[in-house]
Amino acid sequence: MTSATMRSIVLAGIVALGARHSALGAQSAPAGKAAYDRWCAECHGETGAGDGSAAAFMLPRPRDFTKGVYQIRTTASGALPTRDDLRRVIDEGMPGTAMPGWKGKLSERERDAVIEYLETFSRFFQGERPAPIEVPGAPGGDGAEEGRAVYRKLECFKCHGDAGRGDGPSAPTLTDDWDHPIRAADLSESWHFTGGASVRDIYVRLRTGLDGTPMPSFTDAVEGGLISDEELWRVAQYVRSLSPAEPPEVREVVRARRVEGALPAGPDDGAWAAAEAHYVPLVGQIVVAPRWFTPTVDGVWVQALHDGERLAMLVRWHDPSRSPDAAWDEWLGRMRQTVTDADGAHDGAHGPDVLVVQLPTSAGGGDELPYFLGGSARRPAHLWRWTSDADRAIEGTATGLDRFVARAGPSELTAASRHELGEWRVQLTRALAPADTSAAPRIPVGRTMPIAFRASDGSSGEGDVRTAVSAWYALHLEVPTPPRVYVAPAATMLLTAALGVFVVRRAQRRERDPARPTMEES
Amino acid sequence: MRVLMLGTVLVLLACGGSDEGGDATVSTSEGAADTGPRGNGSITGTVSFAGTVPANPAIDMSAEQACAEKHAGGVRDPQYVVADGKLGNVFVHVKSGLPAGARYAPPTEPVVLDQDGCLYEPRVFGVMTGQQIEIRNSDPVLHNIKAVPTENRGFNISQPSEGMKTTRTFTTPEVMVPLECNVHGWMNAYAGVKDHPFFATTGDDGTFRIEGLPAGTYEVEAWHEKLGTRTTTVTVTDDGTATADFSFSPTTT
Repeated sequence: MTSATMRSIVLAGIVALGARHSALGAQSAPAGKAAYDRWCAECHGETGAGDGSAAAFMLPRPRDFTKGVYQIRTTASGALPTRDDLRRVIDEGMPGTAMPGWKGKLSERERDAVIEYLETFSRFFQGERPAPIEVPGAPGGDGAEEGRAVYRKLECFKCHGDAGRGDGPSAPTLTDDWDHPIRAADLSESWHFTGGASVRDIYVRLRTGLDGTPMPSFTDAVEGGLISDEELWRVAQYVRSLSPAEPPEVREVVRARRVEGALPAGPDDGAWAAAEAHYVPLVGQIVVAPRWFTPTVDGVWVQALHDGERLAMLVRWHDPSRSPDAAWDEWLGRMRQTVTDADGAHDGAHGPDVLVVQLPTSAGGGDELPYFLGGSARRPAHLWRWTSDADRAIEGTATGLDRFVARAGPSELTAASRHELGEWRVQLTRALAPADTSAAPRIPVGRTMPIAFRASDGSSGEGDVRTAVSAWYALHLEVPTPPRVYVAPAATMLLTAALGVFVVRRAQRRERDPARPTMEES
Repeated sequence: MRVLMLGTVLVLLACGGSDEGGDATVSTSEGAADTGPRGNGSITGTVSFAGTVPANPAIDMSAEQACAEKHAGGVRDPQYVVADGKLGNVFVHVKSGLPAGARYAPPTEPVVLDQDGCLYEPRVFGVMTGQQIEIRNSDPVLHNIKAVPTENRGFNISQPSEGMKTTRTFTTPEVMVPLECNVHGWMNAYAGVKDHPFFATTGDDGTFRIEGLPAGTYEVEAWHEKLGTRTTTVTVTDDGTATADFSFSPTTT
């Protein structure tokens, strides 16, 4: 399942929460009203105030059109967007938010009509429409290195952090124009950039700012001669370089290569650099109450290695806070105020960050899988549950998201972690064959075993149920390659070469001695 | 004593202390209509604070050493400026009573909004529609200045260097336009935007003075960022000084 598909499911879930149909507009209503009421009003509200029935579950909230304030523009800070700006967001959606693209879902005429209707929500659209800013050509060459220095000089790190993961010192205090908490963008995940991921898109965002958010415009700094336009382009190039060229590919199987030497000793071990990384997207847990539509963690990177005796797994994910952290108390308070919970209030606790690796209770093939959300009483799941406050991982059995019983006996699971520059790196290590296979499953070699992941950010009020979840994936510990795999091809090549030489020599001899009868003639 | 709001100061300067009647001229933007009546009437008053003064929250500036150094002995967010029961940083303005259609051109001098020691100076100020606000950064750190109005268009600009100046204007009267810095979440300022020059901000002694008014009866409003508004009506005679005192308390907002 792709990340986009998972997100669509979450969106559908959010909208279903508030499923109620608005009365269709009167005959005299603007052409776009019918489409708006049908497709947009659940989130954006019938009067465009961003207060539709699903809005309170979302973060960021759906746009409030009554203020005429728009993030993604090609116009100056504080200016209205152009028609094309609105068109782009409606066509393409806003990656990283609940806003989907509508190109292909609504006709061009419908989309045009919806834009016209949107503009009736704010009186500002009655005035003159601004022109886009002039975007000079990008300077040649790759200036990411220079851009890094300008990123420092402009103090972008104050919000976005030293590695761009949205963990700067001001990040916990950020609010939008509606006093809702807002994340500093994680600049290392360009596939979630609301205004597009190209260097030009990023440059335009730097010039125009993202109105309604804390992100300011740098146009005055350029026009005032504090930085050059080229330097701003270099920042855009640097920001783009923080993300991979393409969004990560999602594969079904997490492969663990067998190593001959020692397994990595911890998350900082250089050996991890050589291990294949698998991206596993996570989405909000929206099935079991209390449901959670605004997870902090949107994916984990998983690497695994084994030595025939033990499995070492490194799980990495972006989380700007090392919870619980008093610096994020204010953020947590705002989250509680902003994200309405249909299933009861948050408790007051500022919990730890949590990572759960979920396995079936036995590796037996062909068995029915436990329910992906922590198993059930009928078919429990086996968990490795790591928490940041204790920095310890515990093995145990779960019969639901918040029903976990630690296994009896000595723990065979060890954990080592590091939180650095807005990223958690947690290494879990365990023997493939536990001492007591009734308490923990054996991890098979050469066969796949189901595996799933969950990650929670305590500073955002997340825990075992309000969490980000994955579907079931597969873990495959590779069998060491036997020597014959290398010997056989070499032997075959040698044999073939020898045969070739023999045939050629024989033919050559025949040519030199035509009188000699062939075998057929004799 | 930062008693008088800037517009009034400018009116005084421009008038050169003249005690002429309603035809006093002021330095205003060229070409802008300035047909509204002026006079020699004044409104003065004191804004008092009754009750226990709420504690201003302490600001932790440890992450911004360059700013922290400007505040020996720590710094608090000056939400309540109270001395001897008098309340500072109250914006007082003529809310109604001027003739319909009276137009006043904005002064050519800008209002200066400085960022110094990671605080705004002034925190509360008045400005006329069309009058320039010169925003300065006197700190060697990044500030962003975000205006979050409802009646006007906002802005959000970055000032990454010390010495940088940017000017902005508002087009529509609005009391008040909040200004904030998102890098330093404690930084807040408030601009009272008026389409006439009859407004002032109370100084530390809680007093204000609005000058240059034509005779008339005016509704005068006092606004405080935490305590809300108070309104009173005064009658100003030619060359006369009317008194408008206000009292705020923490329990009745």
